[in-house]
Amino acid sequence: MEIIKIKDLKKSFNSFQVLKGVNLSIPSQEITFIMGGSGTGKSVLLKHLVGLLKPDEGEIWFENQDITKLSERELEKVRKKIGLLFQEGALFDSLTVAENVAFPLKEHTKLSKREIEAKVEELLSAVELLPAKDKYPSELSGGMRKRAALARTLALNPQVILFDEPTTGLDPVLQITIMDLINKIKETYGLTCVVISHDLILAFKYADRMAFLYDGVIVEEGPPEKIRASAHPYVQRFLESVFLENKEEG
Amino acid sequence: MNPLFYLGRGFIKFLRDSGGIFLFFWQAFFYSFSPPYRVRLFIKHMEFIGVKSWLVVALTALFSGMVTAYQVHHALVKFGGQSVLGGVVALTLTRELGPVLTAIMVVARAGSAITAELGSMRITEQIDALKIMAVNPVQYLITPRIWAAMIVLPLLTAMADLIGIAGGYIIGVMVLGIDHGIFIARMEDMVELMDLMSGIYKSIFFGAFIVAVCGYKGYFASGGAEGVGRATTEAVVISSVGILVADYILTTIFF
Repeated sequence: MEIIKIKDLKKSFNSFQVLKGVNLSIPSQEITFIMGGSGTGKSVLLKHLVGLLKPDEGEIWFENQDITKLSERELEKVRKKIGLLFQEGALFDSLTVAENVAFPLKEHTKLSKREIEAKVEELLSAVELLPAKDKYPSELSGGMRKRAALARTLALNPQVILFDEPTTGLDPVLQITIMDLINKIKETYGLTCVVISHDLILAFKYADRMAFLYDGVIVEEGPPEKIRASAHPYVQRFLESVFLENKEEG
Repeated sequence: MNPLFYLGRGFIKFLRDSGGIFLFFWQAFFYSFSPPYRVRLFIKHMEFIGVKSWLVVALTALFSGMVTAYQVHHALVKFGGQSVLGGVVALTLTRELGPVLTAIMVVARAGSAITAELGSMRITEQIDALKIMAVNPVQYLITPRIWAAMIVLPLLTAMADLIGIAGGYIIGVMVLGIDHGIFIARMEDMVELMDLMSGIYKSIFFGAFIVAVCGYKGYFASGGAEGVGRATTEAVVISSVGILVADYILTTIFF
């Protein structure tokens, strides 16, 4: 069953049209990878899903409402259900890791101080970051920052988490660690995950579904086996680049 | 390139910034009437803008009072009017120097820091992160600062008035030999409540103005670290010049 449906989404910046009519359904409780080269508008698409950007045309349906028509105040309710993990984590640098994770709990729940502390410890344990709870973001590595941001995103029990290039800039081992974590969290919390990436190997390993964004539209979508057999020239070129690399390495 | 092009571009930027700052201020102001009420942040910003600025404001006021007394005495002596020194120093400080110098010192110390902090939050997506966590960033970041500045600027100004007059007294009475009683009496004769209050009213306006300008520039900063630096410079320049222009306009309204 789909949880998010994007219909004919268009967006331009000045005279440059980034999204030219994106149509995509995001199934519930699955990992959907949105693939595409750099600068194809993947992050722009993601920001539309949480109302950080307003489209020029098109609709985004979540829980029987078109979120592109919602006011900022109405969007706040949606944002409690759709979390976004920024590429660099976007942790508050003046707060410790534990304070960062506690932030949304203090803002939106009536939990006592002790309950918040317990919840923070539970979330940090889930992302294997409990020993770093008193550190500041500047003291963390890239991977640790992403895990801390993930714990903060999980704090409000969202139904959907959007990941903006969660593995970019990490070494291969850490990339696997982060993706394993995303997978584990999807299973544990029954989450729907949308991952923006251009890493085909990770996508084939972890995706339930994949969608290719090219020239402002989704040119191919479906389960990994359908993508592997795609006849679309852009998808083929994308696949070739990976398989060629592997052949050369072999 | 045609000079008219630059003039026109500058004018359009001025109009856009003015409109943006005005709307940004009202947005933040109206958010103060809807929950959540961020009392803790309000107190924290009062400490940052007010308590941490007191020393620089006090030193500025002290030396401004002292130099004003020297210069005014030099002019008054020429026609034997040095007895009114206390009154002139007090009027200058309460009406103009107190509020204006306090505001400019707050711009330099706290305003620039506000722009840099918000600008850094903007380029590292922390402001977007607030939105994503269903927290209104303007209400969280700007509203408590506006109220904090509107409360602490008058307090700092009152302190600056007092210390500046003390500086004038030190020079007038202790250095230049004017009689203590005459210095105080002329001050009492010449300074009215409205003189004092006009400076206080001005400082309330300056407080809101500083946070609106510096907050706006930081909140909408772009272009990485260089962009934050540019935003901070623009915020300090616009705030400082704006304070002097607004001071003139407010003076013509009050008197």
